[in-house]
Amino acid sequence: MTTIAELPPGFVDKVLSAQSTFRSVMDAMARPGSVQRIVPMAGTAGPIMRGTAAIALTLFDHDTPLWLDARMSESSDVTKWLKFHTGAPVVQDSSIASFALISEGALLPTLERFALGTNEYPDRSTTVILQVESLDMGRSFELRGPGIDGVAMLQASIKPFDLFERLRMNEALFPRGIDVVLVADDAVVAIPRTTRVESKGS
Amino acid sequence: MNAPAYNFAYLDEQTKRMIRRAILKAIAIPGYQVPFASREMPMPYGWGTGGVQVTAAILGPQDVLKVIDQGSDDTTNAISIRKFFAKTAGIATTTTTVDATVIQTRHRIPETSLHANQVLVYQVPIPEPLRFLEPRETETRRMHALAEYGLMHVKLYEDIARFGHIATAYAYPVKVNARYVMDPSPTPKFDNPKMDNSPALQLFGAGREKRIYAIPPYTKVVSLDFEDHPFEPYRFNAPCALCAAENSYLDEIVTDDKGGRMFVCSDTDYCEGRQAAGHHGSLSAAPYKEKAGSHG
Repeated sequence: MTTIAELPPGFVDKVLSAQSTFRSVMDAMARPGSVQRIVPMAGTAGPIMRGTAAIALTLFDHDTPLWLDARMSESSDVTKWLKFHTGAPVVQDSSIASFALISEGALLPTLERFALGTNEYPDRSTTVILQVESLDMGRSFELRGPGIDGVAMLQASIKPFDLFERLRMNEALFPRGIDVVLVADDAVVAIPRTTRVESKGS
Repeated sequence: MNAPAYNFAYLDEQTKRMIRRAILKAIAIPGYQVPFASREMPMPYGWGTGGVQVTAAILGPQDVLKVIDQGSDDTTNAISIRKFFAKTAGIATTTTTVDATVIQTRHRIPETSLHANQVLVYQVPIPEPLRFLEPRETETRRMHALAEYGLMHVKLYEDIARFGHIATAYAYPVKVNARYVMDPSPTPKFDNPKMDNSPALQLFGAGREKRIYAIPPYTKVVSLDFEDHPFEPYRFNAPCALCAAENSYLDEIVTDDKGGRMFVCSDTDYCEGRQAAGHHGSLSAAPYKEKAGSHG
């Protein structure tokens, strides 16, 4: 059994590390498709990547119900680390989660299972944090929408392969919808609900 | 030093997390007002508590902060907010628009074009553009949900019926990304075109009304109008009396009690920059020289 002393650490400097991480995520959200780097590092537990850990320490707290995929929720290293460092309550019901942590694409449930917000309060929706293989190599994608000057190109190796097809539901749902933050190690790309993504083959 | 030790940028970390989450949702839903748990700040409502909270949540040690009040770097509100962050965050401040990474503003957008590494933070008194037409929050929220903005067009039409033109001169409503009607805060409508397709991220904070909203960079922002009464930015028909600028927004300054007045740029940094570059207007002060035989 892990004791507190054996838990991987959080940020060394909580205040400035959280600020720096937030600016990376904010820039990613404001400029969809741009690859932002997360500089401050914390300890990680189980399948949690460095970038995901920093985002968790920056944005999660007792006010943010958290949904974990099967692999994360079965790992007591993960749940203990999150509980100790963020205090975020882990929930079984994904439709009330502020954030969802997905360790790998295969474990992403259908997006309709998350909170999509309401037309009156579209902000009450789940932000899905999805760990992917790579955000600088792989298939090419063209992104359009607010935050993008014309077209943005993204090369990424992402599972599930049909992620962007599934995210098309955002178009019909708007202003409701799902915002996705993709993480590969220390790299972050955000796909807010306003972004339209087209696959450019190979 | 005996000063109390504040957290970096004054706010506690839990508050910053809450504001940061609201900012992310605001960016994801351009023009939608995200409710947030606004805190009491060590300044009264109306002095930019919303903008200050947004700035405090995004500010880092590398940032260079500029604060303007009606375009001016030198008014009480601008100076006190600049000093507040210099003291609580120890960050560098500037009055030069291009050097700033974060610009907090009350009621103006700088004349100098913004660039992609800048964030513009607006102080907002009344974030709800429909509030003076419909006082009930439940109703305005429903109207936004249904994108039912007919009432706003009726208001602009009433202007035309009464005055022959759209008389709204500030807080002129805009539509963001073809969906949400948004109040640009009480900026003069002269500034509205600058919001459209801006390379900089624009964040809006309303402290008393507890709302945060945003316009991501490169987002379409259209001022509401009619085909036969298109939107027109208003400007006094005069050059700046200090720097002769023909295309900046002007303040009218009464100079005596005989009807004397002068028009000067509201953006002090822009005006000073032009004067330093050798532009002179009709009332620029010449360097002070003692005139021969002028005593007595």
